[in-house]
Amino acid sequence: MIKVALKGLLGRKLRSALTAMAIVLGVAMISGTYVLTDTINGSFDSLYKQIYKGTDAFVAARTPLKANQNSLPPSIPESLLAQVRATKDVLVADGGVQSFPVSIIGKNGKVIANGGAPNLGFSVNPRISQFNTLTLVSGSWPGSNQVVIDQGAAKKGGYKAGDVIGILGAGPEQKMRLSGIVRFGTSNGILGATLAGFDLRTAQKVFDKVGKLDYIQAAAKPGVSPDRLAKELRTALPTSVTVKTGQAEAAKQTSDTSAGISIIRDFLLAFAGIALFVGIFVIVNSLSITIAQRTREFATLRTLGASRSQVLGSIIGESLIVGAVASVIGLSLGFGLARFLMWVFGKAGLELPANAMVILPRTIWVSLIVGIIVTLIASIRPALRATRVQPIAAVREGATLPPSRFRRFRTAGSLVLIALGFISLLYGLFANGLTTKQILSAVGVGALLVFIGVALVSARFVGPLARFVSPIGTAAVMALSVLVWPISILIWAIKRAAGNATEFPGVAPDKIMTSLALRNAIRGRERTASTAAALMIGLALVTLVSVFATSLTTSFKGAVDSIFTGDYAITSANSFSPIPISAEKAVAKTPGIEAIASVRLGSALVYKKTSQVTAVEGNASQLFTLKWKNGSQRTLESLGSSGAIVSDSFAKSHHLALHSALSIVTPTGRRLALEVAGIFKPPTGGSPLGDVTISAQRFDSVFQNPLNEFTLVKMRGGQTSANTKALDKALAKFPNAKAETKQQFVDAFISAINQALTILYVLLAFSIVISFFGIVNTLVLTVFERTRELGMLRAIGTTRRQARRMIRHEAVITALIGGTLGIVLGMVFGALLVERVQSLSFSVPDRLPYINFVLTGYPLAVFAIAAVIVGIVAAIFPARRAARLNVLEALQYE
Amino acid sequence: MYWLEYLDLRVASIFSLIRVDSKSVHIRNKSDDEHSYRSGYYRFDAEPTAPPLRIQEGRMSTRDTKKSANQSAVLDGVAVHAVDLRRTYGEGDTAVNALCGVSVDVPNGHLTAVMGPSGSGKSTLMHILAGLDQPTSGTVEIAGTEITTLSDSELTRLRRKHVGFIFQFFNLLPMLTAEENILLPLEVGGRDIDRDWLDEITNKVGLGNRRKHRPSELSGGEQQRVAIARALVLRPTVMFADEPTGNLDSRTSGEILQLLEDMVETYGQTTVMVTHDARAAAIADRVLFLADGSIEREMPRSDPSAVLAAMNELSR
Repeated sequence: MIKVALKGLLGRKLRSALTAMAIVLGVAMISGTYVLTDTINGSFDSLYKQIYKGTDAFVAARTPLKANQNSLPPSIPESLLAQVRATKDVLVADGGVQSFPVSIIGKNGKVIANGGAPNLGFSVNPRISQFNTLTLVSGSWPGSNQVVIDQGAAKKGGYKAGDVIGILGAGPEQKMRLSGIVRFGTSNGILGATLAGFDLRTAQKVFDKVGKLDYIQAAAKPGVSPDRLAKELRTALPTSVTVKTGQAEAAKQTSDTSAGISIIRDFLLAFAGIALFVGIFVIVNSLSITIAQRTREFATLRTLGASRSQVLGSIIGESLIVGAVASVIGLSLGFGLARFLMWVFGKAGLELPANAMVILPRTIWVSLIVGIIVTLIASIRPALRATRVQPIAAVREGATLPPSRFRRFRTAGSLVLIALGFISLLYGLFANGLTTKQILSAVGVGALLVFIGVALVSARFVGPLARFVSPIGTAAVMALSVLVWPISILIWAIKRAAGNATEFPGVAPDKIMTSLALRNAIRGRERTASTAAALMIGLALVTLVSVFATSLTTSFKGAVDSIFTGDYAITSANSFSPIPISAEKAVAKTPGIEAIASVRLGSALVYKKTSQVTAVEGNASQLFTLKWKNGSQRTLESLGSSGAIVSDSFAKSHHLALHSALSIVTPTGRRLALEVAGIFKPPTGGSPLGDVTISAQRFDSVFQNPLNEFTLVKMRGGQTSANTKALDKALAKFPNAKAETKQQFVDAFISAINQALTILYVLLAFSIVISFFGIVNTLVLTVFERTRELGMLRAIGTTRRQARRMIRHEAVITALIGGTLGIVLGMVFGALLVERVQSLSFSVPDRLPYINFVLTGYPLAVFAIAAVIVGIVAAIFPARRAARLNVLEALQYE
Repeated sequence: MYWLEYLDLRVASIFSLIRVDSKSVHIRNKSDDEHSYRSGYYRFDAEPTAPPLRIQEGRMSTRDTKKSANQSAVLDGVAVHAVDLRRTYGEGDTAVNALCGVSVDVPNGHLTAVMGPSGSGKSTLMHILAGLDQPTSGTVEIAGTEITTLSDSELTRLRRKHVGFIFQFFNLLPMLTAEENILLPLEVGGRDIDRDWLDEITNKVGLGNRRKHRPSELSGGEQQRVAIARALVLRPTVMFADEPTGNLDSRTSGEILQLLEDMVETYGQTTVMVTHDARAAAIADRVLFLADGSIEREMPRSDPSAVLAAMNELSR
């Protein structure tokens, strides 16, 4: 039977290849994701090993906070270095400081940055070579008030050793001599981070860390193990610091990084999963059609003595072969994909530390097993149906598959699936006390069930759906053909002049062909429905993303409009990084300022969780207006040293009322006893304040190197070009900060959201491409199946173009059914998600803004048009085949 | 959307001026149009309804084909005119000569049957006469148009106007009703529907009360009746029937043959029928016997036993 299976496959190369596409793409996403993330992980692993190679013991501040990309660990007093050096087994020890952002200013006055990669600054000491990770490429090591920068930044900024360069640390921009260009170990770059290195004294000044160190590295005397040295240091040093071996520190850094990367990996794998799920639909559909077309073949096998299990075996065998071949192709395509992405990263300035691809055995077996299993799952139902073909079908004209045994229960069953899906969704979204993992799996399973249910039940409604979308499709196709009309007329005229008499490219719809297409779509309603379902999934998710984003941005705009009473906002150039307080001080001197206030941002331990806390200056009461549950605008001015403002949801979940006591722990381990001075209701769309807000004076006295989240400004005369100019001038020394009007502030936020969305859209595009192949495949199979009909139509006067139009319209109908269902489902999911975010009343993670459900027609119309285009493009190849059919052969086709 | 259709046509008519090849001159010449094209760029023509083709009596040349200057030899009274058709499949030693120099005229208003054993070339002949296949050499004219050199789209247009088909397996579209199937050639060609004519042929083929049924609800004989009406709805210059009774039981076959004969008699519908059923050939005005790619014999109207005798003689 395997031989039969193999022969069958070879006989249907095109069909098998189109079916396999779904698996190839899904598996490529899996293997590409693994290779990419493993490679990044591997590079960081070797990077950190390189950094801590010569370090036996590593001393840093002890902090109760979890590692957090928004704040570096606290500093330690410089005096500890002497203590370390005085320890018995220390051969050599050195201290350093580091900070970010420490920006390098380009010759155009703008910060040199690669995408969202950080701008790092640190001290360098070339004299102690075992601790130095930099290699000098040109020039010399930095002296006092000098700097070295990395190759990438030098290239981008057009700098060479000896130039004067602007550096932006904790204060305003400083001009320094660029003493040399360096490289990090042997690597070309670390994911696009820019590096600025100084000698210790200069670094301390630039980073505002005079008298402090961030870490101390020590090497042991010969014969002393790192563990022993660390132990000695632990007893010698105060408990405010931790001592680790260099190896342990490298491992910790690696695991911190890989924790971040594994989030990215899981995120990408989720999209690969979606793609494969869509792939299952495509494969089930193509297999069902192929098997229906081969009814007579199976019947013949049965008459020749093949048992049911042999028929089953031959189909499963075929699927296994297709799955295996497709998985292998997908696996290698994934390697290519990863390599391509690395190349893209490199081109975008985000070079990886090392270039060797890391391919773990896990990547290979997971990709292969997933690909094969998905294909097998998809083939079970069609295969079982094939086994029910009776031998008598061999001699019947137009034999068809026996109807499924479950047909009767199909509608009820799919409605149950939809109901279960929604229950699971609602449970995941709204039940209390679930972990992130539980939420995600409940939501994922729920969405899956809903998709399957809708796909199954939609077969019953193909008739009305198709009739509903058909005129829309006709109009859209016509509109699109009018758009490209000049081109098609030109092509036609050229052909005609060349003596090739083709039909004039009219754009008016062909009534009979659209009507035949509509009836064909309805005739094969199950295949139309499941082909459409594949596209539905992709479009539902795209719509969900868009609806959520629209709700988010619209609500944000509303929030800004309702609470923002200032004229300008000063934020960092990329809108989200913190900015130094010195920028605010520079602006405060601008003539015309009526009020200026900043919101500080820092991390602290609140109720044993690492959370963000904010701090406000008293003037804030003039610059934004909050809705108060307890307290008033005056509360902002009178927080004093122990007053705290909390949000009402935070107050509720921790049972806080006015004058309740609460405490937070700063990164240095200091406990602040606070008292609730006011409770506010965060506006829908985002709050300027976090869960806990204290006064800026108090914040500055207990947090090291405080930074502003943003600064608000009110000016005489409001938003005028003179005022804008004055602020820009005041910020001239702070190239990473910008003054924005209310509108610009909102726009910047929205464009940041939209940028993030682009990534989601690109990832979802994979699923849509798979469903695109699904449409192509269904159409190709349909053309095979209707060969004789097409022959007849051609014989009675259908032109090639009419035949093409018929196929195209069927594709457009299918795509639009998928589009309609997808957009509707996406809106429902979007509404649920928004509702969930709105009703968050417990432990708001990361200050998710409260948002309202907002629907705009524009993106949805774009998605519908996109669906039409998917249909049109998917039809090109099958329609060509249909048009090219030899009439005579088609008529004799069986 | 009328303006669009109009625009289509305006643009098309401008561009059609640049058309240079000679074949098109014929197509553009309106004087030879009995029922003017409505395909493609001719939609804006004041659409003439076809002149009544109903023929009162006799089998004489009934179609008054107007000749125009650039039409080549349109022989009065001949619907299809084929000269020295040869068709070779394959090459070299394995070449098979399906037709070796067949010349045939199909007179207007006649039913011509083509008979012959399997492999005699009768199907090939019909396919070539109908423009579905290209001869290796030789010429075919349908209604005065040389068709062997036409492009696909020109052939399509010719079929829309001049050629009707009846197939062995009926080839109806399953999702359309009987009436919709019948109207399909008109719809496809973008022609107006002549309701009276539709009613007449539908009744004539005996489907008066089955119009709204789908093929799956019709018997084989009824399906073939639909197919006959579908071929007739165009009032084609010539109708080709490929083994029209090949897939029917003998009683139904008889009915269908009776119907075909009736069509030829009542409407003067020129018909070419390929069959190996002697009974079918017996309704023909003329029977051509093919063997090994040549016409071996020609018989005037004969009874089935004479046809059968002639066939047996050929097979010997």
